[in-house]
Amino acid sequence: MATSLDTLLADHLLSAIVFLPLATVLLLALADGLFRLPETIWRYTALASSLVGLLLALALWQRFDPASSGMQLVERAEWIPSWGIHYSLGIDGIALLLVALTSFLLPVVLLASWTDIHARVKSYLFFMLALQTGMLGAFLALNLFLFYVFWELMLIPMYFVIGIWGGPRRIYATLKFFIYTMVGSLLMLVGILVLAWLHQSQFGSPSFEYYGANGGTGILDLSIPNAGGPWWQRQGFLFGVFALAFAIKVPMFPFHTWLPDAHVEAPTPGSAVLAGVLLKLGTFGFVRYALPLFPQAALDFAPWIVGLAVIGIVYGALVAWVQSDLKKLVAYSSVSHMGFIVLGLFALNPQGVSGAVLQMVSHGVSTGALFILVGMIYERRHVRELDAFGGLAQAMPVFAAFFAIATFSSVGLPGLNGFVGEFLILLGAFQTLPGATVIATSGVILSAVYMLWAMRRVFFGPLANEANKTLVDLGLREKLVAVALVIPMIWIGVHPSTFTNPMDRAVTELLETMTRRGADLAAWQGRDAADEPRLAAEAELETSR
Amino acid sequence: MGDVLPFHFQVVAALIFAIGALGVMLRRNMIVMFMSIELMLNAANLSLVAFSREIGNDQGQILAFIVMVVAAVEVAVGLAIIISLVRNRDTVNIEDTSQMKW
Amino acid sequence: MTEHENTALRWIPLLPLIAAALSGAWLVFGRRALPRVAVIALACGAPIASFAIAVVQVFKLALETALPPDAPYYSDNLYTWISAGDFHAELAFLLDPLSAVMVLVVTGVGSLIHIYSVGYMDDDHREDRGFQRFFAYLNLFTFSMLMLILGDNLLVMFVGWEGVGVCSYLLIGFWYLDDANAAAGQKAFVVNRIGDFGFLLGIFLLFWSFAQAGLPTVEFREMSANVGLLAERTVALPGWLSFLPGFPTWGLLTLACLCLFVGACGKSAQIPLYVWLPDAMAGPTPVSALIHAATMVTAGVYMVCRMSFAYSLAPGAQATVAWTGALTAFFAATIGLAQTDIKKVLAYSTVSQLGYMFLAAGVAAYSAAIFHVMTHAFFKALLFLGAGSVILGMHHQQDITKMGGLRRRMPVTWATFLVGVIAIAGVPPFSGFFSKDEILLAANQAHAIPGHQALWAIGMATAFLTAFYMFRLYFLVWSGESRADHHTQASIHESGKWVLVPLCVLALFSVIGGFFGLPDAYGDLFGVQRSNSLHHFLQPVVHSAEHEISHATEFRLAALTTCVGLAGIALATVMYFWRRDLAAKLAAAIRPLYALVRDKYRIDELYDAAIVRPLRALSSSLLSRGVDQGLIDGLAVNGTAKLVRASADGALKYLQSGFAQSYLVAMLLGGVLLVAWLVRGS
Repeated sequence: MATSLDTLLADHLLSAIVFLPLATVLLLALADGLFRLPETIWRYTALASSLVGLLLALALWQRFDPASSGMQLVERAEWIPSWGIHYSLGIDGIALLLVALTSFLLPVVLLASWTDIHARVKSYLFFMLALQTGMLGAFLALNLFLFYVFWELMLIPMYFVIGIWGGPRRIYATLKFFIYTMVGSLLMLVGILVLAWLHQSQFGSPSFEYYGANGGTGILDLSIPNAGGPWWQRQGFLFGVFALAFAIKVPMFPFHTWLPDAHVEAPTPGSAVLAGVLLKLGTFGFVRYALPLFPQAALDFAPWIVGLAVIGIVYGALVAWVQSDLKKLVAYSSVSHMGFIVLGLFALNPQGVSGAVLQMVSHGVSTGALFILVGMIYERRHVRELDAFGGLAQAMPVFAAFFAIATFSSVGLPGLNGFVGEFLILLGAFQTLPGATVIATSGVILSAVYMLWAMRRVFFGPLANEANKTLVDLGLREKLVAVALVIPMIWIGVHPSTFTNPMDRAVTELLETMTRRGADLAAWQGRDAADEPRLAAEAELETSR
Repeated sequence: MGDVLPFHFQVVAALIFAIGALGVMLRRNMIVMFMSIELMLNAANLSLVAFSREIGNDQGQILAFIVMVVAAVEVAVGLAIIISLVRNRDTVNIEDTSQMKW
Repeated sequence: MTEHENTALRWIPLLPLIAAALSGAWLVFGRRALPRVAVIALACGAPIASFAIAVVQVFKLALETALPPDAPYYSDNLYTWISAGDFHAELAFLLDPLSAVMVLVVTGVGSLIHIYSVGYMDDDHREDRGFQRFFAYLNLFTFSMLMLILGDNLLVMFVGWEGVGVCSYLLIGFWYLDDANAAAGQKAFVVNRIGDFGFLLGIFLLFWSFAQAGLPTVEFREMSANVGLLAERTVALPGWLSFLPGFPTWGLLTLACLCLFVGACGKSAQIPLYVWLPDAMAGPTPVSALIHAATMVTAGVYMVCRMSFAYSLAPGAQATVAWTGALTAFFAATIGLAQTDIKKVLAYSTVSQLGYMFLAAGVAAYSAAIFHVMTHAFFKALLFLGAGSVILGMHHQQDITKMGGLRRRMPVTWATFLVGVIAIAGVPPFSGFFSKDEILLAANQAHAIPGHQALWAIGMATAFLTAFYMFRLYFLVWSGESRADHHTQASIHESGKWVLVPLCVLALFSVIGGFFGLPDAYGDLFGVQRSNSLHHFLQPVVHSAEHEISHATEFRLAALTTCVGLAGIALATVMYFWRRDLAAKLAAAIRPLYALVRDKYRIDELYDAAIVRPLRALSSSLLSRGVDQGLIDGLAVNGTAKLVRASADGALKYLQSGFAQSYLVAMLLGGVLLVAWLVRGS
């Protein structure tokens, strides 16, 4: 009995992970309709469900085989076979990390917002867990149609969370977020449909499958021309529409303006999840879809995208520096950090891509922590203006300590998580894009400038404002949340191989897939294939002397 | 007197259709608009029957029956709506029922 | 290879880390602070234990015959820290002669300063949490510094490099309730980061160059053994850099070494990134002593010496290092002439002495540089701690114009301070003389560096100034009549044992420390072979340039150095001991120049006006309001929304007129057009 349950779970682990949150709230809603459950039952059940989700993610990690290639734990069920739409889930090393991040953040965020959200708690929990399902599904979907469904599914709960529990300008902010993202998504939908249509013209029947199942063919097997043929069938157009959708999500300059408003107006848990996970979906989209499917176009567009990324790094940092609202400052810092990730991706070498993926996880933890910490002070004072603070380290020393750790994590202090990813990104980018990297490295200086500036305005100096003198330091629950966030910061910083080992294979495969599908990565990396034997021979000679 | 050629029927049908179309566009009395719509339908019927006779099979005539049924149904429903409108607004002028606008 | 493995090495940095972690965790989660005794035991015990382990290991290193004489080192590899593609960075430690000397200095002087801090911070009775917090930060700093020194590759060194920067930030801004302290800490970290920018670029350049040559590594020993692979490589500069000398190609190693040197300028306060160090005096005096005199600021010198294998093949970089060092030394010395805060004088003196160290490194006299690091650690820490004792005794008065005549009231501090001042002035046989002389000798003989005679001359002039302003400081503080107000005068007291014992130990080393590096020429006089033990110990690692020079010349130059130093002392004696009015008259005569020097040439103001404020204004007006809110948000995003709204509101809505007849017309028209289009062409 036990073994059959075990295998049942193993066969459907991914579906369980994806649908557990939604199933939980649907059951709760059903029960609520029948029995009128009190709010605390909802809270605890939701928290328990998120913790079970985390355990499932850990089980998934354990089952994951870092050495084998391709997708693992694949689940497939037919949905609309004649259109090639199936329910396909699968995981690779990169998705594994992001699923773990998502599963980790939800319980932390729920715990952090325990007292923050007190009106219409049941709806709030419903939306948060529905959002979780959407995000996990997007990471795990192997069918482009399914991916699109989950991609859109994420928007609705987020829209409500910002729109109902947000700040004074929440309606404007959430509409902006929704419509902006949707514009990109719709263009991506066009791209997806073109891909399915191309599959039909090349293999006989339309398919949205990423990989061909059971020896069949999938989107990855398509040969998409980079030049010639109608413009809407070329890699350039398709990459463009996919990249636009993802660029808006990341967000890349100049498509970033929805982010500051959304973050500032969103309630703390909304901001934390938005920054922690939602933004990563953009970069994940690049890694999973835009880069391997359209590699030549990716190389063609790369200078532009890298340019925008570098501009984003510097611009985001400079604008963050002059903000007077603490949350807006952190929001712009997100723009800056995501610029690093895009830079790393488009370095298109093992160091850059690994660094970028690791930084996705790191940024989720760091920025999630910063938003949660800002939320803690907002809960007490209901203001976020830097002027309203000052000398807080005297009144709330424990809070100051955790904020300092989160700050240094965000700034990329070696020993904490931010450094490893940032270093690998810059190292990788230097090989292929040295000029851009020099400019991007200045981001190292700028991030210190704005974060320390914020810290000084908030925590140091005299404790002048009367309202700050009576502030209470962190309670047990809040300390628990802070510690839960600090542990991965230290772990990733000190022992990153735990996190880089699973993704190694996936990163190599990405680069191999791109080369196989026609991208000249060797030229991009500045290596001359003819040079290699000569250089290796020279090295041999030197070391033997 | 010349022969009555098939296309004469089409011309008559077209003329009747045009009169009906103009009537529905230009007249303001809802009942008269309705009658104009009936004119258009009957013009179509005439055209169908004439073609049916010209071509030699009875598909056109069968379709004409269907059109008559549709016309009857439409009159029933439409007149009910008009009566309801008249009872509420006390007018048969279509320009007085233009509230569903910007 | 296993005779090189030594698992004891990891405990040298780990013990302070564990102490800091325990202390810090207790502060965050504990209800009240640990009792002072526990804090002292933990905080002082850790560096002392590290020192003990270091002493044992270094002795093993020096005396162990199992190690080959051309590769004397111990290594301790914990695990692979970062790995991606070809890039691997191990978390590994290396104890070779170079890191051995540094480790002993850091843990030795560091332990003394920890002990001193017990006495100094005891003053902080306000709340025990501050006491515990201070020592947690101090231990964390010690850990970071040891990581920096013991790291066996550029990446572990960088961990320590940034770590000391953070700890410096935390410790400078320790008394954070005063915004000026927080500002100073912020400035230190940001300026350091500017240096780190260069450091990182140097790492990238080196790694990829080695990788392209077939050896992807950042490990010191591997790079050192294989640096020949890069010796002839050049980098093509982009066209817009045509104004640089040596255009269009630069040596690869030159470029990499220059990038790394930018990092060194930031960390070791050389021109143009020295501005954070004087501000850093806002921190407690033990911090100034430990971090900003003895250890952290020497990290740049250590790094250059560690990378000596690369610098020796990069003459352009070497010349830059030497000249930057010399100019900084002179420049800072001039500022020190006019300062009135006791710590500021010492701060500029530190910048100046660091300049000497870089001058040495630039002329390939690496062991001389390290020698000066060592002796400077002794006498500068001594001077700072002595200053701290004075500050305590004078109830936190730091203005030397309000001091004077403290000799009788604080005898032990006076004696040790005098020893320190004599040492830094370069009077034989105190330690400062030998290390400074070796540097000047090397500069004199460095025929490979352009203008080396000028470098020597600048060094001599700086030696004169150093002796002068240090003795100015001495006389103003200790001799003559007290210029303090009556209330302070009555309560001037000597400091306690926790403070005085480290002072005495450091004074001892300031006297005898020079004999570690007694030049061979002097040793020969006494029949001692290879008396420059430090130089010979370091030579297998740093490969300093060795000069063929006759003993006579050496002694002549040494005599010249001594005379210069004595001249400086003499002038100070005249101006500040015999004829005190002369100083004021001179200052009045050259008032504008004097004001400029006293205001440190207004460099900080220049940076602020030329860089900081314009950048902030640009970001605020152009970027934030202009581009972000105005252009992107206003025009593109909201503009699109407004456009859609306007077209719907202004034009499209009128289609919904409500008139059924207009709808009908539209329908009919459309129907006609549709039919016409369908039947076209038939």
